[in-house]
Amino acid sequence: MEDMKQIIKDYVIKEYVEDDTELTYDSPLISGGIVDSFSMVSLKRFLENKYNISIPDDQATPEAFDSVNKICNLVNEFLK
Amino acid sequence: MAFTDKTRGMYSEIIAGLKDAGLYKQERFIHSSQAADIEVEYPEGAELKKVINICANNYLGLSSHPEVVKAAHDGLDSHGYGMSSVRFICGTQDIHRKLEQMVTEFLGTEDTILFPSCMDANAGVFEAILTKDDVMISDRLVHASIIDGIRLCSAMHDTFKHSDMAHLEEKLLLHGNKRLKVVITDGVFSMDGDTAKLDKIVELCEKYGALLFVDDSHSSGFIGKTGRGTHEHYGVMGKVDIITTTFGKGLGGASGGCVSGRKELVEMCRQKARPYLFSNTIAPPVVAGVIKVLEILSASTDRRDKLEKNTEFWRKGLIDAGFIIKDGDTPIVPVMLFNAKLAQDVSRDLYDEGIYAIGFFFPVVPQGQARIRTQISAGHEIHHLEKALEAFKKVGKKYDILGKTKQEIIEKYGM
Repeated sequence: MEDMKQIIKDYVIKEYVEDDTELTYDSPLISGGIVDSFSMVSLKRFLENKYNISIPDDQATPEAFDSVNKICNLVNEFLK
Repeated sequence: MAFTDKTRGMYSEIIAGLKDAGLYKQERFIHSSQAADIEVEYPEGAELKKVINICANNYLGLSSHPEVVKAAHDGLDSHGYGMSSVRFICGTQDIHRKLEQMVTEFLGTEDTILFPSCMDANAGVFEAILTKDDVMISDRLVHASIIDGIRLCSAMHDTFKHSDMAHLEEKLLLHGNKRLKVVITDGVFSMDGDTAKLDKIVELCEKYGALLFVDDSHSSGFIGKTGRGTHEHYGVMGKVDIITTTFGKGLGGASGGCVSGRKELVEMCRQKARPYLFSNTIAPPVVAGVIKVLEILSASTDRRDKLEKNTEFWRKGLIDAGFIIKDGDTPIVPVMLFNAKLAQDVSRDLYDEGIYAIGFFFPVVPQGQARIRTQISAGHEIHHLEKALEAFKKVGKKYDILGKTKQEIIEKYGM
């Protein structure tokens, strides 16, 4: 789980953070303006490719993607 | 009555919230024609004040040009006031098609279709040409109208970091399996005044078989040696598949926009773009005015050359005075103040000095990036710019920001 958190956090930083914003596992990504809801598609594709899962569009909501911890919970649902 | 006191109260609270958050927009009434020198009533009911306007999109100073005004009068006389119809029923006149052909020639494309505005062009174009099997890959700083158009389209959407070519290439690779890939960018970005690296973007589009869309609203008429736009500036004329632009900025400043590009894509818009199908097109007098604008710009580059000189003068003047401005060479020159309240205070003080320039802050620009966005025009004479510079220096001195670094300004005023 810790590995997954770090991997997702690293991806979010590389993909979305363009300044020195500090990111924690609970930082609000969408509602905090770090990840544009438009840009979620690349995060979704990254998760699907990395963990070999398929996340239906109706579950890839801004709420479910709003922090690293929430994303991990979502991914784990599909890994079960 | 459905609009109950409770409903009224709900909206009143929302509006009050906008005011509390400093997001409430208040209009200033201009009593004169749009020009370098204008007369403004602000706040409402105040005596008229003569000010120099350095925040209009009137880049070429054509908004009130006598030849354009006369052409609009003549168009009104010869073709009437309105069409009372959408294009495909009985709303197309000879001058509409003439303007489409002139724009095609001016931009060096294959065909053009007019829209009521560039907002409408951007709202309609993606849905008309793409399906759910396609992907749109847009720069993260594209204009709001493009974002609305993307939202209306069923194709997948992804973004790349602003002007980051390596990131764009990653995205083109990531979406390699899509039927069509469309890279979407502004030509000149309206908040920072920087240009998209179209030469590099064209290379990537050719390498990965992607279409290229450019909104050149803040470029058409003056960017490039003969003012054709960013595609001319970067030597890629004929290689941009879709250009959208407006007649509401440099090209006369009235209203209207268009999609110009590959003839099949233009034809798809004519058949399917909803803002085109379900709204009247540009009114006859405005069409006649834009035709005159294109005649003026095709006959001589004097106005864009003057704009270039004015822009150089203005950028150098601000740098010499000790202001921090965004790099670039376009007539959009953001003076960086970083703090939202400081931007509002400086704008107010400039107005008191007879200079009309507006502060921009979050959420229009990112947090900590507040600024005064100045826009230079061929309608400005050097004396206008000298007076504006003096006012900027006076106000800059008052707030002790001249010659200060970003860090020093933030330490003094906060983000």
